[in-house]
Amino acid sequence: MGENQAKLKLLLQALLILGLIVLPIQSEEFYTELIAKTFVLGIFSLSLYLLVGVTGLVSLGHAAYFGVAAYSIALLTPKSGPLSLWIGLPCAVLLAALVALLVGIFVLRTRGVYFIMVTLAFSQMVFYVFHDTDLGGGSDGIYLDYKPSVEWGTRALLDLSSPVQIYYALLVSLTVIYIFLRILIASPFGAVLHGIKSNEQRMISLGYATFRYKLAAFTLAGAVAGFAGFWYAVLFGFVTPELMSWHESGNVLLMVILGGLGNLGGALAGAIVFVGMQEVFKDLTKHWQLLMGGVIVLAVLFMPGGLVALPRRLSALIFGGDSGNE
Amino acid sequence: MKIINLAHGSFYMLGAYLAFGLVSVIGNLWLAIALGVVLSFLLGFVLERLVFKYLYNRDHLEQVLLTYGLILIFEEVRSLLVGDDVHGIALPDFLSGSIALTDSLSYPVYRLFMSAVCIALAIGQYLFIQRTRLGMMIRAGSHDRDMVQSLGININLIYSIVFAMGVTLAAFAGMLAAPISSVSPGMGSQVLIISFVVVVIGGIGSIWGALLGSLLIGGADTFGKILFPQFAGVAVYLVMAAVLLWRPEGLLSKGNK
Repeated sequence: MGENQAKLKLLLQALLILGLIVLPIQSEEFYTELIAKTFVLGIFSLSLYLLVGVTGLVSLGHAAYFGVAAYSIALLTPKSGPLSLWIGLPCAVLLAALVALLVGIFVLRTRGVYFIMVTLAFSQMVFYVFHDTDLGGGSDGIYLDYKPSVEWGTRALLDLSSPVQIYYALLVSLTVIYIFLRILIASPFGAVLHGIKSNEQRMISLGYATFRYKLAAFTLAGAVAGFAGFWYAVLFGFVTPELMSWHESGNVLLMVILGGLGNLGGALAGAIVFVGMQEVFKDLTKHWQLLMGGVIVLAVLFMPGGLVALPRRLSALIFGGDSGNE
Repeated sequence: MKIINLAHGSFYMLGAYLAFGLVSVIGNLWLAIALGVVLSFLLGFVLERLVFKYLYNRDHLEQVLLTYGLILIFEEVRSLLVGDDVHGIALPDFLSGSIALTDSLSYPVYRLFMSAVCIALAIGQYLFIQRTRLGMMIRAGSHDRDMVQSLGININLIYSIVFAMGVTLAAFAGMLAAPISSVSPGMGSQVLIISFVVVVIGGIGSIWGALLGSLLIGGADTFGKILFPQFAGVAVYLVMAAVLLWRPEGLLSKGNK
């Protein structure tokens, strides 16, 4: 990449962030909420990228941790008043991480196709716990009666009943998590995860206890998914078992793969495109899933490498040369 | 065939809906099942040629994703064609009775009939794979595709047939189940996940493992419902967790993976 291109990229990024900062001032509440939802799903997508893209673990049950955290905040909030964010958020994230740790101990004993099936099965188990028992309102789900309060000492920092303030909280969170994951992936720990993806046997021969690394990655991904789930519950004010259904797990996997597994930015782009498609298709027809399914099938058949590879492939198509297919 | 197909549950659902639709058109359950089997075989064949053919060389991730997309399509098409209502199918008279076991207990004839059909199918499939010429080609093909092809066997056709047979079996299971467990939208994904659990417990690539797994799961589910009604849904997965701890590769798996 040339120096000018790098400058251009930096400029575009700065413009994008600036745009996102001023956006809620201009737009209607509907769009603010929609983009806030995109942020939540973006964090969710980033968390799964750590597993699928970096470590090579295809989890088809990632919605479980998202849902567990969403339920935690709904169940922890007392009937009488709001719960402090400083208590609710860590609890929700820790619970999600704990569930991920427990599930990870089992599922990481398997590989390949097995791993996909077992993660799906365990997430379904979590789904049934909330769906069939009275723990969280059964199949109807429950409302989050009070949004968490955010205070510093006695001063209220944020009012989370306002979508605009949630929007900014999420924008900051997303940025922090993005940077955190970038640093993590570039760290020696991330290098080991990369190594496991390309050749686990070799990593074992080199003396790495790969199981522990995978478990750590799995737990961390669960925690970040929980972080997203917490904000989902706060944003929309209710939770249902559908949050952990395998459709959600499929959707988040779709976001990651749409992005092309190349880098964290791809996973974010995948989330944006996913929410966009969902909105457009829902406007068009009641049977929007038909279109969504069609797009997925066509994307897999004709677009290996995902969205990130698209510009490269397009330019190859126009100018000729290597199309960059793996 | 070494391919992971999430849409398999949809074929099960499809079978049940085919049975329902054809019965209401033709009026005869047996004719409807016969026609349904033919139709689902054709559908499987066409799908393999159009879509699944391209998946053999892709990684699991893409297989999962594509078949997930197919599920969405199947579900919506079903919803468009027959709506989201729950349907039931009436049993033919001679199967709808039940056998009295004691004064208060009885067992429905249809369930006995179903068990007999399933056992017959399992034995039939085993004999087909192990003893026939086509079965031999299939086994060889799953072992080394290129080699089989260079021996002059049309491996593509064989794959299409195998896939279509898989679809037919799933659809047939759906048809059999339709009279006892009502025809409803969510049936596909339910059965898919249970099938996965069965395969994980039994071990991939082993028909006997699948049988053993389904017996275990059936037992766990039934006793779970009696002993802890609230946690019946979870019992099945606890069995799976225990098996994973003890033998991660499944009870009857042949060596690694």
